[in-house]
Formats: sequence, structure tokens, C-alpha cells
Amino acid sequence: MAESNHAFVRTAILPPQAPPLTEKGAIRWLRENLFSGWFNTILTLAALWAIYSLVSASLPWWLNGVWNAGSLGECRAIVAERAGPDATGACWAMVRDRWHQFMFGFYPQDQYWRPTIAFGLLFAAITPVLFSGQKRLRTFMLIGVVAFLVATLWLATVPMLPAGLTIILMLAVLALAQVRPAALMWFTVIYPALAFFLLWGGSFWVPAAAMAGLPVLLLAYRLLLPWTGVGIAAGAGIGLALLWWAVLDAPVAAGLARLAPIGLEPVASDRFGGFLLALTIGVTAISFSLPMGILLALGRQSDMLLIKTLSVGFIEFIRGVPLITLLFTASLLLQYFLPPNTNFDLILRVIILVTFFAAAYIAEVIRGGLAALPRGQYEAANALGLDYWSAQRLIIMPQALKIAIPGIVSTFIGLFKDTTLVAFVGLLDPLKGITQIVRADIAWKGIYWEPYIFVGAIFFVICFGMSRYSMYLEQKLKRDHR
Amino acid sequence: MAYAGGVPKPGFRPSMLIYDTRYRSLTIQLIVLVLFAFGVSWLINNVIVNLAAKDRTFDYGFLWNRAGYDINQTLIPYTNDSTHGRALFVGLVNTLVVAALGCFLATVLGVIIGVLRLSQNWLIGRLMTVYVEVFRNIPLLLWILLSFVILTETTPSPRDFRVTDEMIAAGQAPAARMFLNDSVAITNRGMNVPAPLFRRSLGMAGIGEFQISLNFLAIFAVIGASAIVNRRMVRRARAIQEETGVRPVTWWKSLLLLFVPVIALLLALGFHLEYPRMTRFNFSGGIEVLHSFTALLVALVLYTAAFIAEIVRAGIMAIPRGQTEAAFALGLRPGRTMNLIILPQALRVIIPPLISQYLNLTKNTSLAIAVSYMDLRGTLGGVTLNQTGKELESMLLMMLIYLTISLMISSVMNIYNAAVGLKER
Repeated sequence: MAESNHAFVRTAILPPQAPPLTEKGAIRWLRENLFSGWFNTILTLAALWAIYSLVSASLPWWLNGVWNAGSLGECRAIVAERAGPDATGACWAMVRDRWHQFMFGFYPQDQYWRPTIAFGLLFAAITPVLFSGQKRLRTFMLIGVVAFLVATLWLATVPMLPAGLTIILMLAVLALAQVRPAALMWFTVIYPALAFFLLWGGSFWVPAAAMAGLPVLLLAYRLLLPWTGVGIAAGAGIGLALLWWAVLDAPVAAGLARLAPIGLEPVASDRFGGFLLALTIGVTAISFSLPMGILLALGRQSDMLLIKTLSVGFIEFIRGVPLITLLFTASLLLQYFLPPNTNFDLILRVIILVTFFAAAYIAEVIRGGLAALPRGQYEAANALGLDYWSAQRLIIMPQALKIAIPGIVSTFIGLFKDTTLVAFVGLLDPLKGITQIVRADIAWKGIYWEPYIFVGAIFFVICFGMSRYSMYLEQKLKRDHR
Repeated sequence: MAYAGGVPKPGFRPSMLIYDTRYRSLTIQLIVLVLFAFGVSWLINNVIVNLAAKDRTFDYGFLWNRAGYDINQTLIPYTNDSTHGRALFVGLVNTLVVAALGCFLATVLGVIIGVLRLSQNWLIGRLMTVYVEVFRNIPLLLWILLSFVILTETTPSPRDFRVTDEMIAAGQAPAARMFLNDSVAITNRGMNVPAPLFRRSLGMAGIGEFQISLNFLAIFAVIGASAIVNRRMVRRARAIQEETGVRPVTWWKSLLLLFVPVIALLLALGFHLEYPRMTRFNFSGGIEVLHSFTALLVALVLYTAAFIAEIVRAGIMAIPRGQTEAAFALGLRPGRTMNLIILPQALRVIIPPLISQYLNLTKNTSLAIAVSYMDLRGTLGGVTLNQTGKELESMLLMMLIYLTISLMISSVMNIYNAAVGLKER
């Protein structure tokens, strides 16, 4: 063969050489991600410069933060003493001094355990709805809530007995939420009345009697269902429940209160403030605006001209005006539209208007979801012989809502942020109402970064949490077969 | 062999109103109509009773009465002798100015941030993500209040700018300095910027109370005419290119057409800037821009830009990669790929939510109340309402105006959607 002509023949493959230094590890990453070309290099340098100037300007301020002082002047004195006369430093002592106002407004201090427990139970109430399928997430959430509650109760120096009872009760409910979330559905249903009772106090029988309207509704519906259709049974049930609320509710509650006076110390609405107020308005409006938005979206899709016109008119009117004008309507104009000498609670009026506002936006989001469904889904539901409501409940809504989740949650986030606007009708929201009060105090006059950072951080945590939850939900419900 | 009963007789039984789908919708609509009419008449009746009880009437006559209050930013002539109606227009103009400027600046900033967030650069991508998340998840009101507080409480008072003879003698510098070549001064009262003035002014023209500066009108007319001529020139160049394959050079003609006429007009009118100067206690000359205006604008722009950035990012990401690859395969350069392939498709996704952000921004200008900027709510829904006590009339009129603005913006969106929508079947 020709073998002898060659001086050398390699018989084994060489091991691969190590890549050049610039093509591996951190250097490669830097080259590819930060310095790939002159434009990217300029951008990176500009970003580094921006970060550096921000950090160098604010880091001493953060590091020199003072937590123990009685006034802004004292804070500045401590900073000057610690870090020199020209040093800047945050004055977190304001937060330490006034955190309870940011949280509870002017709620009576010895009753702080009530909103706290209501807040904790909120998580037990939403667990069966939002977290029923996910054991680990639920555990994390519930541990976090318990830790938060214990910390709040301890900070708010709640008397031993209510605090202990609160914690035991909370642990029991939350343990149930952890073990058998589906069993808590009944708790979700009674939670509104319970929260109302805890927050506003007064006689126990008022919310109890109001809740009794629901069994009346359900009973009438069940009894009539075999005899008449769904529509008439539901109509009769709603009619009877309305009758109960309009006529029998108040005397029954009053009578029971006379027989067995159980209750908590009543707290007037004008003492609500801070995040207690924001959450009360936000949570109530969120939970009522979703069903209302669904109905409005269905109304807008309806074949019935009148229903469609009314829905479109309502949605476009609400979406066309700023929320502030609606809030002013709640505070100024409602006295014209209601019978003379009716005057009901400003917080309730604001909640109703905020609910309307959010419902109109949610209706539009859901309309998008409905429009995204292929026609075949409607036709298949019809072909199966489902009536309108069954088709909506079983076929259309589950799919439409799934498509609409990101939009719905961002509407909720917007709503929660918009609860700050209630400051303009005289309620004490955390951002403007409470901050103004704190800044008007002679001790904290001239402080501005700290309250806004504090309030902004809490808003950020809540809103960011909501948006992450929606992304997670989207992932979980994803069913595309690709 | 007959069918039992044959064809059902076309008859009408009352129970069909409930059980027959042909008639049920009529029944439901009738019930709703009755309930609706009842509700509306109940509301109107309440209003009449309440107005009578308060001894008030429902009329808009107050709009022609003397307003008697001052407005700190007036872009159309206004004194406190003017009418409430005129105050309304001043407020409306203030609202529209903030809204228009805000939409423009927020779009510019939002597009930059949205594109940068998609950049290959890891650091820039992260920074922009942080920006978007921070601004989207914190209420707009906080940004307004914070920028206003920073502008009013950290800036020097006008007194600090003063240079006295003793200070010159002692070689002392004033406590505060002006920016940009001594043309802009930020004090705790406002921002003093140079004012554009014309030595040979054309004066004002208009009908009755509504006057408009002819100078600005002339400038806008010239800019518009230049743009139209430029467009025709470019179109002609394209036609030549289609015919012959050679594109005539246009860039210097475009520059000439766009800039020379305006500059010539400005020179002819004697355009110059009047700088603000420190007098004894405060600045004189120039224009004083209110901090309430600046704070509102800055906050609206920063906040809305975060949303627009997300819209732009989503729009660009919605275009499949195959489109870019196909364009490259056809031999288009990256710039032309962007202009001819990606953007036209991305814009179809971007524009509708973008316009709804414009709508949101316009409605959010009503947060001017937080910094006492005299927008529509500040004049009509604020001082006028409080002075005249005409709550019902003022609020309804204000809602109507906002509603009109919103419907106008959304009808523009509908026209656009119809124009660019995919034509299917």
C-alpha cells in the first residue's frame, strides 16, 4: 500500500483544544451580553454610569438611616453627629413613630386586632378560590400571613387575651385552609359579613340578618326549581331575598339584638384610613366588579337590542370619564339622586362607584376574551342542547376568562392603585391623606422621601405580587396543544 | 296515516312569552324597559324634589356670570372679570395642553424604553425591566406628589439667585445658579424659561373673545406647507425610481425644503428669546412655568411611558421571527427590514392599546387636583362649582366634556383600526 510514503499517520483523534480565553466563561458572557459592538459598549457604559451615580448619591442616605428619634430635627442631629455635618441620612424614625397611622388610619388603637384578624381571614377566604390546587404555594402564603399577623399584633401591642385568641383562631382556620381548602368554601361565602362585623363593629345581628337573605334565596330557588324553570325560580328567589332585606331584615336584627346583645365596639367610617382603607375599598370592589363585569360583557354581546344598548351606554360612559369625577359624584351628587334625607356611608358610596368603574373596564377585557373564542365553541354548545346559561357557565366563560386573565388582573392592579384617589373626597388614603397629616406634624415637617418610599414600597409589593400571580395562573391554565 | 295532530297550529298562547325563545327575549326586554324607565323617573323625581327642597334651579346661566377668581396659568386671555364659561375654556385648554404634551413625550420615552428592553445588552435590558415594573406598580398619584414636593421643597428661593453689590465686592457667588447658559432658573416658585418673542409681530386676529396669535399661525402654516411639498417631492422621487430603477438624491432637498422656509420666516418676524432676569425679589421676563404643571407632566410621562414600553415590546415580539428571516433572505438590509416588514405589522398590534393609553393619560390629567393645577376640574369642577354652588350642573357638564374628549379619541382609534385591519375574506 501507499502507507510507506507517509512519514506520519495519526491513528487516534486528538482531544479537543480548550477554547480561547475570550470565548469561554465570564469573559465570553461579558463580550456577548455587554460589549458586542460599539453601540452596546456605549449603552453598557452609560448604564454603569447611571447606576454608579444613583448609588453613590443615595447609598450614604440609606446607610445613615436613623430608626430611633422623636422628630426630623433629632434625626438630622443624629446623622450629623454620626457621619459628619454634610452627611445625609434617611429618617425612618418617622415610619417607626407613625406606621400604625399608615396601616390603620385613626382606627382605635385598642381595636387594631380586629382589622388584623379580618386581613388574616381574608387569606383563608380566598384560598379555596385562588389557591385550591397548589399545596406548596399555599403553605408559603399561609406561613407568611401568620408571621405577618403575629408581628403586627405584637407591634400594635394588643392585649394578651384578644391577641392569644386571635392567633389560635387564625391558626385553626389557616390550618384548615392548608389541609382541606375546598371545605372552606362556606367560609368564603360568609366572609363579607364577618369582615364587615370585625371592621365596623356594632351589633352582631346586623350582618348576620343580612347574610340570612342568602339562605332565603337559595331555599326559594331549590323549592321552586322542580315546578318552574331556572329563570323563574332564580327570579322568585332574588325577589324573596330582596323582600327579606327590604322589610324583615332590620326588625329581625333589632329584635335579636334586644334578645341577645352581642357585638363589638362600633367604629365610625371616618376613622378608617391608610392601607386598611385602601384594602377595604380595593378588595370589596375587586370581588364585586368581576361578576358585574361578566354580566356587562354578556349584555354587550347580547342579541337583545335594549340590553345591548344599556350595557354599551353604561360601559362607554364609565370608561369615558375620569375616576375622580365619579368619586365626586359619590360625594357631591348622590345627595341629589337619592330620596331626601337619605345619607349613607361615604366609604360605601365610594366602594359602589369604584366597583362600577372597574366593572366597566373588566367588561371590556372579558369582551376581548369572548371575541377571541372561535365561533365553533358557541355552535358546539348549542349543538349539545345546552341552554344559554349552561353554555356560558360550562363552555364559554371558562375559556373566555382564561384568555382574559392578564387583562383582568391588570385592571385589578389599576383599581388597587386608584384607591389612592379617594383622598380627594376627604378619605384618608395612605398616600395623600395620611402622608399629609404626618407632614403637617411639626415634628416631621419637611420629610418627603421616607413616607413616599414607605407607602410606595407597600403598593409595589402588593401590585407586583398580583401581577406575578397572574403570570403563574396563565402558565398553569395554559392548554395549547403545540 | 295522518300525523298526530298534523302541523302545530300557528297560535299564540300567553305561556309562550316565557317558554318560547322567539318571544322570551321580547318579554325580558319589556321587563327591563319598564324597570329602566321606572329607575330613571325615580332618579329624576328625586333630583326635582331635592332641588326644590334646597330652593335651587337647574340652569347653566352661571356660565355667563363674572367668575371673579384668578387662574395662575392662562394660555388664552383671561382676567377675573371674565365669565365662568371662559374660565371653563381656560381649564379645558390647560387640560388639553398637559394631555397633548404628555402623550407626545410618553410615546417618545416609552418607545425608547420598550426597544431598549428588547436589546441584547443584558444590563440595559434589566435596567429597563426595573423601570417598567417600578413605575407600573406604584400609583400615579405618588409620582405626581413626589415630583411636586421635590420641585417645591428642594429648590432654592428666588432670593438665593440675587447678586448684590456687596457680594460682587467680596467676590462671593450667589447661593443658587441658573442652568443652560443662564437661561433657565428653577426656584421654589416655578421654573423660569426664556420666552419666544417677535420684533415685527403680526399681531392677533380672531372673532370676539377668541383671539389667536398670527405669528404662531404663520409658523404652523409654513411648516405644514413645507411638509406637504417635501412629501410630494419624495413621492415623485419614488415614481422615478419605480420607472427607471434609479432613485434621485433627495436628502439635501428635503432638508432645504423643511428648514429654510421656517428659518426665513423666523428671521423676517424678528424672532428672539427673552431671558429671565433677576430683579429685586423675583425673576422678570421669560416665562414662568408652574411647578404644578411640570410635576404633573413629568409624573404622567414617566408613568405612562412604562405602559407604552410594554405595549411596544409586546408589539415587536408579536411579529414571528420568520418575517425577519424572510426579509433577510430577500436581501433587505436590517434598517429596511425594520421599516418595511416589521414596523408595519407591529404597528397594527401597537396602535390600539397605545391609543387607549393616550385615553388613560388624558383622563389621568384630572389628578391635577393633587397639585392644584388649574385644569378643567380645577376651574369648572373646582372654584366655579364652589363659588356658584351649582354642583349638579358643573359635574354633569364636566363629565360631558371628558366623555366627548374620550369618544373623540376612541373614534380616531376605530377609524385607524378599520383602515389597517387585516382584510379577510
